[in-house]
Amino acid sequence: MSNFLEVKDLSVRFNTEDGVVQAVDKLSFSLEKGKTLGIVGESGSGKSVTSLAIMGLHKGSRAEVTGQILVEGQDVNAMSEAQVRKLRGKSMAMIFQDALAALHPYYTVGNQIAEAYQVHNKVSKNEAKKRAIEMLDRVGIPEPQKRVNDYPHQFSGGMRQRAMIAMALSCNPSLLIADEPTTALDVTVQAQILELLRDLQKEFGTAIILITHDLGVVAETADDILLMYAGKAIEYGTVRDVLQKPQHPYGWGLLTSIPRLTGDPDKKLLAIPGAPPSLISVPSGCAFNPRCTYVSQVGAACSSSIPDLLPVSAGAHHLVRCHLDVKTREDIFKNQVAPNL
Amino acid sequence: MSTILKVEGLTKHFPGNKNGLFGKRDVVQAVDGVSFEIAAGEAVGLVGESGCGKSTTGRLITRLLEPTAGKIEFEGQDITHLSNAQMRPIRSDLQMIFQDPYASLNPRHTVGTIVGTPFKIAGKEPAGGTKKRVQELLEIVGLNPEHYNRYPHEFSGGQRQRIGIARALALRPKLIVADEPVSALDVSIQAQVINLMKDLQKEFGLAFVFIAHDLAVVRHFAQRVAVMYLGNLVEIADRDTLYTNPKHPYTKALLSAVPEADPDAVGARERIRLTGDVPNPINPPSGCRFRTRCWKAQEVCATTPPQLLQVGKSNVACHFPEN
Amino acid sequence: MFSFIVRRLVSGVVVLGIVSAIVFGIFFILPADPARLSCGKTCTEELAQKIRHTMELDIPLTSQYGRFIKGIFVGRTYLPGSEAELQCAAPCLGYSYQTDQPVTALLKDRLPATASIAFGASILWLLIGLSSGVVSALRRGTWIDKFSQGAALGAASLQIYFVGLILQFIFVNKLNWLPTPGYSSPWHYPLDWAKQMALPWITLAFLLSAIYSRLTRAGMIEVMSEDYVRTARAKGLDSRTINLKHVLRGAITPIVTVFGLDLGGLLGGAVITEYVFNVPGLGKLSTDAVANLDLPVITGTVIFSAFFIITANIIVDLLYATLDPKVRLK
Repeated sequence: MSNFLEVKDLSVRFNTEDGVVQAVDKLSFSLEKGKTLGIVGESGSGKSVTSLAIMGLHKGSRAEVTGQILVEGQDVNAMSEAQVRKLRGKSMAMIFQDALAALHPYYTVGNQIAEAYQVHNKVSKNEAKKRAIEMLDRVGIPEPQKRVNDYPHQFSGGMRQRAMIAMALSCNPSLLIADEPTTALDVTVQAQILELLRDLQKEFGTAIILITHDLGVVAETADDILLMYAGKAIEYGTVRDVLQKPQHPYGWGLLTSIPRLTGDPDKKLLAIPGAPPSLISVPSGCAFNPRCTYVSQVGAACSSSIPDLLPVSAGAHHLVRCHLDVKTREDIFKNQVAPNL
Repeated sequence: MSTILKVEGLTKHFPGNKNGLFGKRDVVQAVDGVSFEIAAGEAVGLVGESGCGKSTTGRLITRLLEPTAGKIEFEGQDITHLSNAQMRPIRSDLQMIFQDPYASLNPRHTVGTIVGTPFKIAGKEPAGGTKKRVQELLEIVGLNPEHYNRYPHEFSGGQRQRIGIARALALRPKLIVADEPVSALDVSIQAQVINLMKDLQKEFGLAFVFIAHDLAVVRHFAQRVAVMYLGNLVEIADRDTLYTNPKHPYTKALLSAVPEADPDAVGARERIRLTGDVPNPINPPSGCRFRTRCWKAQEVCATTPPQLLQVGKSNVACHFPEN
Repeated sequence: MFSFIVRRLVSGVVVLGIVSAIVFGIFFILPADPARLSCGKTCTEELAQKIRHTMELDIPLTSQYGRFIKGIFVGRTYLPGSEAELQCAAPCLGYSYQTDQPVTALLKDRLPATASIAFGASILWLLIGLSSGVVSALRRGTWIDKFSQGAALGAASLQIYFVGLILQFIFVNKLNWLPTPGYSSPWHYPLDWAKQMALPWITLAFLLSAIYSRLTRAGMIEVMSEDYVRTARAKGLDSRTINLKHVLRGAITPIVTVFGLDLGGLLGGAVITEYVFNVPGLGKLSTDAVANLDLPVITGTVIFSAFFIITANIIVDLLYATLDPKVRLK
């Protein structure tokens, strides 16, 4: 299966009054049709900026976007705004975290879905409305012919997110970018939405990029994970590799610190010290080094040079960006991390 | 173990919109008939999804709101309808931590002022002076006491939340109500704050009401957990019983919906998918409020609201509890 | 929705009633004697007494107010049955001290001029203000933006009488492009009507389009950073559709409400403009009346303009509910 999406050395830079912000630094990854890539990171990791770059939504803003974003072989980054516009909504679509803010408050949901359809399809208003009702039904909204005339604020949170999904999928795009789609939703509603996305992916073969900070969500829905920190990819592999056999101290820290429904609840959570850095003053060398427990095992290199993203062992598809040598890393994982997972 | 907080039939109704010119005004039944007790030094979790009434309950307990009905007893004293002035001396013992670390600190006050304000309000100067005590508190919560004169915007989200905790601890309270204290924080910071609160709870013997929607977080903090749905308390049990042997169908569904950070766990658990959305608190379903989404619902569920009864080691409000 | 309208109408009527009571009452707190004011310079006590009687000023204040209000609805008969009987048709607002004409007739007579100024100027300022605001917002930071906002600020700081007189000097006296401003009926000679109104329109639009330009610009800039505009871009919509259908629509609501209120206020009389250009409208009527202490006319114009402002408020409330679906369900 050839890669539907290939991102090569994507960098996004903002020149602000406070200094240069390197929001994304030489990011590379790929995605096949019908598969899901989870981009995981906390605030300042660059995950949302990446998703906007893929859609070409930085064009015309003050951001400098370099690198290649190949959607079915065509480089989105090299295109003009007019050319990308033809792809938006049609080949690639996006859904956002806050569905209430992301939908226009003064137009009905049906109107907005129909509009999304009519941008790329020359059909009458009636036909577009029919399509809107069809999509609302497909995403599981009851009484779609009635609800198509409702305004966004008349929907509940979960229904609104479904409506946004309906709008995004109205032109049957090959790529769906979901930016924290369930973060603002209740956990039972979140489960429904994730199940919906999985069903739709099975039915339409859509490639999905799921952006989240929740490791549980990504475990349930993604095939591959890209873990980001301070604008860089620091670990990349299948969801099994990254969550069950993590190789980066940040991943170790995350997985041992998150509260879970299993394991010993009385055992203290192994928290990562410090906080994610502000992108204006990223630590030199490896951005994670001020918070890393294993700097002593490497020495001065951690704060002076940025490690490359390399396979964890010869020929592996699992990549990690860390100065720790293979042997030390495997030892630490076996003895200190695995028992706590 | 003495009881520090007792809540009986706690009810809060909010006025909603009017229906037409001559119609009746809607009533939002946010909290309806909630009863529970908390022992001194006990950490109790209050979980539920949006609209269940857990935040409102938290505000009722601390008397930021006045109940429409029911009774609240703090250390044996009836505080249900006390005025603000009457509540003031009690507030030294009953404090609150809020969800949004960016909104709950006055941006124009220094950290020192923020943490020192409780002393001013209570009119109690601590031995050795306010500044000394404030710096002690900053240290207890893991902040640098030298940052006494800094402003909130100079701190990160996690640090701000620690400031809020320091403020809550200032008067050595007996009970702290924490309303979603870690929800707004980054994942890698949540563990730090949870650990801190747990340490403080043990060290100072604080009773806690930990309100959250995240079941995994509550599991690492609370000794007993209460589950709310649409204004009702549906289940309350000690932690291990609730998580391993949930008796209320909603609790079961809630637990099964939490995603686990282990790809192999995905197939292993029993998945219960609830259909539809949470009903409107203005017009909750008759009888058991969960019946519209419950796979076990029978006729009796529509006619009779279930009472909170003991089933095994839990208290459950259900006509057909799991076992 | 129906109850919304009913409540608005009822409260409007109540406010109008309170306004009329206040205006009515004020004259009896003034140190001026209405009867003497009416009788003019050559006044004797005997004459004043006679006037006091014919104008029913000698009955208790509350009765006077009662009859006044009744007069608005069904007309009023002064001193019925006597030889000085005077029939005043509904809506009766009394008689002018200066001219003895019924106030209602005066108002009716002056309204078209004021309405011409108000509607003409409002269309002009709305078009200019909106378009310059939209352009400024879209070309934010460029010289077009700075120039237009600077010009707007400059225009807003000039006074109407200054701008009006300068324009009149240039276009009427020097260049002879326009006739002397005034009012003639638009139904007979529309071109003349427009030419005579041109300067009042331009003068008013000068000031107000500046305000609307800034409002529009600020509103557009705020809406442009909203999430739903980002969604519109993500759908593949072109800039024009996004700016007009999504951004402007999102920003327009407060502008429409301000417009309604401005228009309502102007209908009560564009006082300075009418004075500067000597247009015989309600504004000029009221300023003259104040200068002459012509109390019935003052009462009439105040109530009349209050009526327009209150009506404008109600219409604006209804418009708001139409434009913002979230308001409708309350």
